[in-house]
Amino acid sequence: MNNSKRSGEPILKVDNLQVSYGKIAAVRGISFEVYRGEIVALLGANGAGKTTTLNALTGVIPIKDGTITFNGKRIRNLATNKITEMGMVHVPEGRHIFPDLTVGENLRIAAYLYEGKDRNLFLERRESVFALFPTLKERINQQGGTLSGGEQQMLAIGRALITGCEMLLLDEPSMGLAPMLVKEILSTVEKIAKNGQTILLVEQNAMMAMDIATYSYVLETGKIVYEGTSDSIKSQDKIVKVYLG
Amino acid sequence: MNINIIIQQVINFLQLGSIYALCALSFTMVYGVARLVNFAHGSIFGVSMYVLFFASTFLFERIKSPWFVYVIVLIIASVVTSLIALLLESAAYKPLKNAPKIAVVVSSVGAGMAIQYLILNLAGSKALRMPALIPNLRIELAGIPVPLYKIMVIVIAILTMVILNVIIKGTRLGVAMRAVSQDRIAAGFMGIDTGRVVSASFVFGAVIASVAASLYGTAYSIFAYDVGEGIIWWSFIAAVLGGIGSISGAVLGGYIIGAISIIAPILLPVSSYKDIVAFAVLIIVLLVKPTGLMGKKDIEKI
Repeated sequence: MNNSKRSGEPILKVDNLQVSYGKIAAVRGISFEVYRGEIVALLGANGAGKTTTLNALTGVIPIKDGTITFNGKRIRNLATNKITEMGMVHVPEGRHIFPDLTVGENLRIAAYLYEGKDRNLFLERRESVFALFPTLKERINQQGGTLSGGEQQMLAIGRALITGCEMLLLDEPSMGLAPMLVKEILSTVEKIAKNGQTILLVEQNAMMAMDIATYSYVLETGKIVYEGTSDSIKSQDKIVKVYLG
Repeated sequence: MNINIIIQQVINFLQLGSIYALCALSFTMVYGVARLVNFAHGSIFGVSMYVLFFASTFLFERIKSPWFVYVIVLIIASVVTSLIALLLESAAYKPLKNAPKIAVVVSSVGAGMAIQYLILNLAGSKALRMPALIPNLRIELAGIPVPLYKIMVIVIAILTMVILNVIIKGTRLGVAMRAVSQDRIAAGFMGIDTGRVVSASFVFGAVIASVAASLYGTAYSIFAYDVGEGIIWWSFIAAVLGGIGSISGAVLGGYIIGAISIIAPILLPVSSYKDIVAFAVLIIVLLVKPTGLMGKKDIEKI
């Protein structure tokens, strides 16, 4: 990847973020930045604190300490729906689509904040989601719960895009998918970023994530142990072996 | 048994079933959206009965149009119980947001008792007779005299269910409620203010309970401070039977419990055996289908 210049104002700036579950510290003072239009990856093994970090960013779990600045505004401990309103949307691990709603209804709910005022905007955004994921159009009347894992992932990403977010947080989009499908999903993520979307990607599948990410942070037990452009990380065998094997 | 009695019993069944269905619905609404079993709901029903009683007694002396009075007292009862339900939510449930589920159950039982004994202290233990909220005309159905109020109870109950269905399927709030009930976290990601939606479900529960109370008062008229207790248990059982959290399940469960309550006393030597039948049906259904008749298991796909 060439676009490794990181300068100007970051869209997301996390400073000394700390999160605890009871007495156990899950995230122990991490700092990182995401710039507009980038795909940034948070890498690391199970339990490194990647998902916890995303949950803290979108208000799913409370933060113990630290500051989070999104688009110049402090968002620490805001409610999840407020953070969505500000333009940062989380596609959680396990997809969390609405199983009893149809694909069409799942997509429509994503327009909850603006559909009453601007229905055309919703239809427009839905068309661009269908362009990315044609399967969703075919399955529009099917219940979300009956979709395959890959289709559910497409629906979860499509739904987030319809909110009109400026920044997507993707948690393990490849989880449980066949290798072919992982490639397809990740290349679509790359396409979404090319359309101007900023993406923070959490992945266990580090090698594939670094194929599309411009910059990566490596986490271990709640701390950032390494950061750099994806190419520079890949070239360091030790890092790859110790943390990303 | 002649046809006359059969028709009357069918109407009795529809009347009782409709009331149970509404109560079960109001119970299941809060469970479905807020994921908590609100055992204080029976006391909300009780408060509603007393508000209806005092408001209608007061208004019937001054206003001659019975339907007008009915609508007014229903609105008053809905507003009062909604406020109590919201107070209950912020005092007894919100502080326990991160507590174990059982703490919330204990809290709801306690809050319900507090309200019930407050009623006892304020209004006394004497049984009261609800004024005829719905005018009692007799009409003939295929030559058989039927009291109009029984038909009206059924019609109003079904109308309430239809309106509720339209709200849930068609309005923005209804869509938000369905989203929150299916996946609260994802609903937040969609920009839905889940806290407000949960509060709205408490208000819905209170309003439906008020409609149910007005129909119960019309159908059975005599009540006392503990009126909510029996109602809440039967509607809880109806909701569980149908699949708690499921709206169509609550309606189905309500009518099944209504049917058992009417049919069992006719066929069995002792009328209170109907409770045994109802619980037997509940146990059998739960053995065969632990989620209740219309309940769905949460399936997580990986």
